[in-house]
Parts: sequence; C-alpha cells; structure tokens
Amino acid sequence: MLDILRARLAQKHRTFKYPKGPLPALPDMFQGRPVINGPCPDKCDICLSACPVNAIGRRKDGGVTIDTGRCLFCGACSGACPHKSIVFTRNHQLAAARREDLVIAEGSQKSADAVSVMAKKYFSRSLKLRQVSAGGCNACEADVNVLGTPAWDMGRFGIQFVASPRHADGLLVTGPVTANMALALQKTYEALPEPRVVIACGSCAISGGPFADHPEANNGAGSLLPVDLYIPGCPPHPLTALDGLLRFLGRTAPGFGEDS
Amino acid sequence: MTDSILRVYNGEAAPLSEVPALPVDSFRELVIERLGHGDILSALFARPFGDKFRLYAVLCDAAREQLGIAAAEIGKIYPSITADCPCAHWFEREIHEQYGIMPFGHPWLKPIRFEPSRVGGKTGQIGVTDFFSMHGAEVHEVAVGPVHAGVIEPGHFRFQCHGETVYHLEISLGYQHRGVERAVELGPDARTIHYMQTLAGDTSIGHSTAYCSVLEALSGAQVPPAADSIRAVAAELERMANHTGDLGALAGDIGFLPTQNYCGRIRGDILNLTALICGNRFGRNLLTPGGVRFDLDADRRKTLLTRLDDVEKDLESAISIFFGASSALARLEGVGGLSAETARLIGLVGPAARACGLSRDVRVRLPYSAYRFDSLPVSTFHTGDCFARAYVRKLEIEQSIGFIRRQLKSPIGGGFVKAPGVLAPDSLAVALTEGWRGEICHVAATNREGRFAFYKVVDPSFHNWFGLAQVLRGQQISDFPLCNKSFNLSYCGHDL
Repeated sequence: MLDILRARLAQKHRTFKYPKGPLPALPDMFQGRPVINGPCPDKCDICLSACPVNAIGRRKDGGVTIDTGRCLFCGACSGACPHKSIVFTRNHQLAAARREDLVIAEGSQKSADAVSVMAKKYFSRSLKLRQVSAGGCNACEADVNVLGTPAWDMGRFGIQFVASPRHADGLLVTGPVTANMALALQKTYEALPEPRVVIACGSCAISGGPFADHPEANNGAGSLLPVDLYIPGCPPHPLTALDGLLRFLGRTAPGFGEDS
Repeated sequence: MTDSILRVYNGEAAPLSEVPALPVDSFRELVIERLGHGDILSALFARPFGDKFRLYAVLCDAAREQLGIAAAEIGKIYPSITADCPCAHWFEREIHEQYGIMPFGHPWLKPIRFEPSRVGGKTGQIGVTDFFSMHGAEVHEVAVGPVHAGVIEPGHFRFQCHGETVYHLEISLGYQHRGVERAVELGPDARTIHYMQTLAGDTSIGHSTAYCSVLEALSGAQVPPAADSIRAVAAELERMANHTGDLGALAGDIGFLPTQNYCGRIRGDILNLTALICGNRFGRNLLTPGGVRFDLDADRRKTLLTRLDDVEKDLESAISIFFGASSALARLEGVGGLSAETARLIGLVGPAARACGLSRDVRVRLPYSAYRFDSLPVSTFHTGDCFARAYVRKLEIEQSIGFIRRQLKSPIGGGFVKAPGVLAPDSLAVALTEGWRGEICHVAATNREGRFAFYKVVDPSFHNWFGLAQVLRGQQISDFPLCNKSFNLSYCGHDL
C-alpha cells in the first residue's frame, strides 16, 4: 500500500490543461496540415508522381491541391518538390465536416469547419461512441484508445467509448471497410438509435488509405454510411482526433482556424 | 539431406534456380527431419509454377545461424505435413484456401481468412463455416465478435463451455483481410513501403525492417552502420511501447488501476520518443530501403537519453507495484499455461514462446543489423502462464532500455540514404526480424524484369493465434481477457 502511494506521488497529476491551457507538445517534425505556396509551373507534376496514394491533384486552372482525406502524411511530395511549394505545417487541425473541405488548394490557410449543428444540439455535453474497426492496420485504434488515458482524459468532455451500439450516439469507424467487415459495420450502424452520427477516423476510413482501390476493401466508410465528421491522418495524432471531436460538438478549442 | 536445401544467411539473396526442387515426399521428409532438429517453420506457402504449383518451406536453423529453403513441385494434391508437425497446420489451411490445393491427411481444411481464391472459382463467405461444437445437456456455446466491446480489431471467437470451464476455443479470423500480398506483386513502387508499414500498425518498424532487408539483399545495397543503429533503436522503442501498453492492459483486466493508468500514459511517452526521431508516433516514414530518412544528431540523441531516463523512472515504479502486489500475481499465476513441448509443437514464437522456456529470438539466433554487434540476452521464463508472459515483457523492457542507451551513446555519423538500385532478376531473398510479438518473416522473389514475382509475409501472430486457443482449454471463460492480453496478437498482421 505504501509503495502504491509512493508511486502515486512520483507519477504526479498529468492530465493536459488543453483546451483551457496550452496544447500538448507536438514533435518538432510533426507533419500536420499541408499548405501549397504556388503558383506551380505548368507541366511540373513531380509531386503528383511522388504521391503513393494519388492525394495530389491539379485543378482546371492549373493549381495544385492536396486531399488530406487520402494523404498518408509521408512527406514524399514536399521532399520531391523542386520549388518547395508544398510544406507540411505543424497545424494539427485537420478534421472537417464535409468531405470536400479536406481538399486543400493553393494559398488556402484556414482550417475547415468541423462543427455539426445536429451534433452540437444533441451531443455537445455527452457523446457516447461505438467504435468499429473495419480493416486497416490498427494504428488508428491504438491512438484513439490513447484519448481514454489519464493524460488526454476524453471523459472530461463527456466523450466515451461504449460497448454496445444500443448505448451509443454515434459510430467511429477506422479502416477502409474490408469486404469481410462490410456487413458487420452495416449491422452495427443499424443498431444505433437515432439521431446518430458517423465519424470516419484516419485515411483508410476516409478514402481507403494505402488500400484504396483494392477489390478486398471499400475505399472507406463513406461508401456505405453517411459520414458526419472526417478526421484525417495515418494515423491521426490524438490531438487531431480530440480537436476534431471538440469542434464537431461545438466546443471549440482555442486557436480555431489559426495556423501554428 | 543437406544438399537438398538451400542455405542462406538472414537477409541474403540467392538465384531462384538455386532453391532445390525436390520430389514432394523428400520435401516432406526433409521438413519433418529439420523441425525434429529444432528448426522453426518460418514460412510454408505455395505459388503457381507453370501449370502446377511450387511449395516453399523456409526453416530457421538456429544451430547454424542460417535459413534453409526448400521447394517441391506439386499438383492439386500432396501429402500433408501437419500430422507429423502440428506447426504446419495453419500454413496448410492457408495453402488450401488460396489455391484449392489439397494437403492430403490434414485434419480440417477450413478457411483462415475467407479471402478470394487466387485461382478463381467459388470463395467462402466470412463466418459461414462449420465450427467445432460440443453436445450435452449442460454444454453451452459463447460466440463473440467480429465487433467486440472495446476499441479493438475484429475477429470471431467461439467458446465451447461446460459451466465456467472452457473445453475449446475456436478463433475465426479474416475480417481485416485487405489483399496486401497480392497488391505488392509486380512492385516495388511508391506505395510498397506504406503497405509494409501498415501490415500491422503497431509493428511498423518490425515489418519495414524486414522489407528493407529483402530489398537491400536483392539490390546488393549496403546499409550504413548508423542507419542500422537507428533502425534498431526504433525497433526497441516499438517493443517497449507495446510491452508497456500490454502490462497496463493486463493490470486493467485484474482491476489493478494504478499500473493500468500509469502504463497507458507511459506508453504514449515512449511513442513520443519515436516521434522525436521521425515525427510519427508509430515510426512511419522512418525506414527506407538503403537506410533511414532521418539522422539523429547529437542534440536529438541527448534529448532522447534524457527523456528515456524519465520513462525508465516512471516505468520502474509503475511496474514494480504491479509485480509486488500478491493479489495481482495470484490472478496471473497458473492461468493460461502452456508446456514448452506444446509450444514447440505448435510453433510458438516471440515472448509467448520465451515465456514457455523456449529460447527463440531472431535478434540472437540470426542476428541482423545492429544486433550483430550488440547482442541481447534472451529473456525467458519457464512457467508458460499469463504471469510468465507478463514477466518476460518486463525483462525485455529492461533490456531494451539498456540497448537503446548503448546505441545512442555510441557516436556514429550520418551520410546515409542511398537508394538501392535495380533488383536482381529471378532471385529470392528472405529476411527475419524480431518484432515485439516475435519472428517476422518476409520472402520476396523477383521475375525476369526484377519486379516482385511474389511476396510472402508471415507475421508472428500467424504462428501464435493457435497458441491462444490452446491455453484457454480447461480455463474459466472469465480468464479469456487475461490470456488474450498476455498474447495481444495482431488481427491485421494475420489477415494481411
């Protein structure tokens, strides 16, 4: 008993002050929200061919775009770009409520809006989620689980993972939704009482991630269910996921819309 | 028999034509004989060969510190190895599922991942299969999954119970199958390394080290010692983070909350050390064929060492109160036990095997990269139960801390990342690494153009899932969470 008390003293109180206080420290090499500092010269498609998952596109007017819903944040594009036009900032705010808002165009600086009127109305103080792992590599699940540890302590916002879809307000999906998981995901969704929300967490759940266009996968949760919140990343940093959830519920964290 | 097997070192390439193709009976005898001598069946798989098939076996021969590769040409049927070597059981089910090949004499050829057949034809629907069942007035069956109560991967478990006692647990997987092995064929390309990093997300370093190693072998690239050292540091951080998380999860299942909470947080601190090296908590984008993408300068090494000291201090108190609490130990001891003999027969690897007293550790048996110069002791225990699996992890965490410290203190300069050139045509390379769950095996073969003709991945979970089923026999059903967490196997690594 004395040893346990001694350990308790040594381990100290470690819950983050965020969102009232400073952000938890991010690694200095963290790859967050990319920005494109154009204009890019015509016919230079080096970044397009460097990207392993076709996340980079060209608009009709020639401008380059990055789809953060596809992006694996590997940095291959910014490393390959001879003009240093693509830069990954340390901005963790990546989540968005609309799929098209995940596409970052040249010169766009603002983070997208993630707030949902419905989620804010019904779930802003209490959101119980059922998680379904539907393919992928388990890294998203691992870093979502982190939000339950005392340091992040998601429970203080009334957000919690529950064991039964019957007890849940929403579904948090990870993985590209493999052919072998499609039915189980559909059934879990149908077991949720209404109103309900669906959150796609990670590149796989948004677009299929590295498994995009595999016949065994389904290119994400959106192919089967209506998605209300997208949290990009491979896997998303816990701060990206928590920020997304708080903004989704209208509990806006400080620094909203700013680039760090 | 020695002439009928190709012997290579770990991470060495050889012309495909040097793999001896034996008559299937000799192949079978050879595998049985080698396994009898203490080799591990690292891989057993089939691939199309003309209008027939070729069966490959990769054997890990610790006594010679080498790998043995043998092959046999087969048609649609061949005599099964499983009856003589139970560790081939799962491999032969895979062969049957993928190509419709019949290993004659195999006890029950059920699908293991319900993947589409590779030769066309009808494929199974997931979950629709005959399960083992038990009958009687007081017998009942418990079915769990694929969607579980927690935030974990999908799988289906069936327990045949009499009261609280489990007679048999059957594990049915495949829900995570996303077709990686097939997608890698005719590679490598820009996406290949990402497949390797996501074979099992918590083993990004373990799998990408094996991948880089086969690619370096096939292209003749030399990895600078500095890059080898950084890879090994990342691998040990990965091991520490996962072992720490699992000790916390075990404590949570017992209701020993202090260790659960501390370890949950400390695991994050360790992941952040990996992020300090490469920006990503899981070590994504750190490895690249030929070396690593980020150097570790003196300042970064210093920061890592300081933060490692803090982690060690926190871990020491979090773990010692757990192993010092008799109530926690009483819950672990004698639960989910496995004898060394059974573990050997079913081909267990990694900490689960070491907890049964088997000295199986690729870092020591077939040392690669920095482990060639800084050897670690094999952490074993003899009781084979949940306690042993927890205790071995505690020992390994301690060894990893020492190893990382030694590596970080030895001043090795940068100057790396030399992309490997073209891959040798018509060749084969095998690499074994010790992931935190155990032995990882990658086998790559190239075609005439130097592209992947086939790529085979064996995650340690592939060897160990049957071990979990085995330890549940005779246990109470309420012991399942403990047994499960003491193994903590990968679904996606198995399903691929």
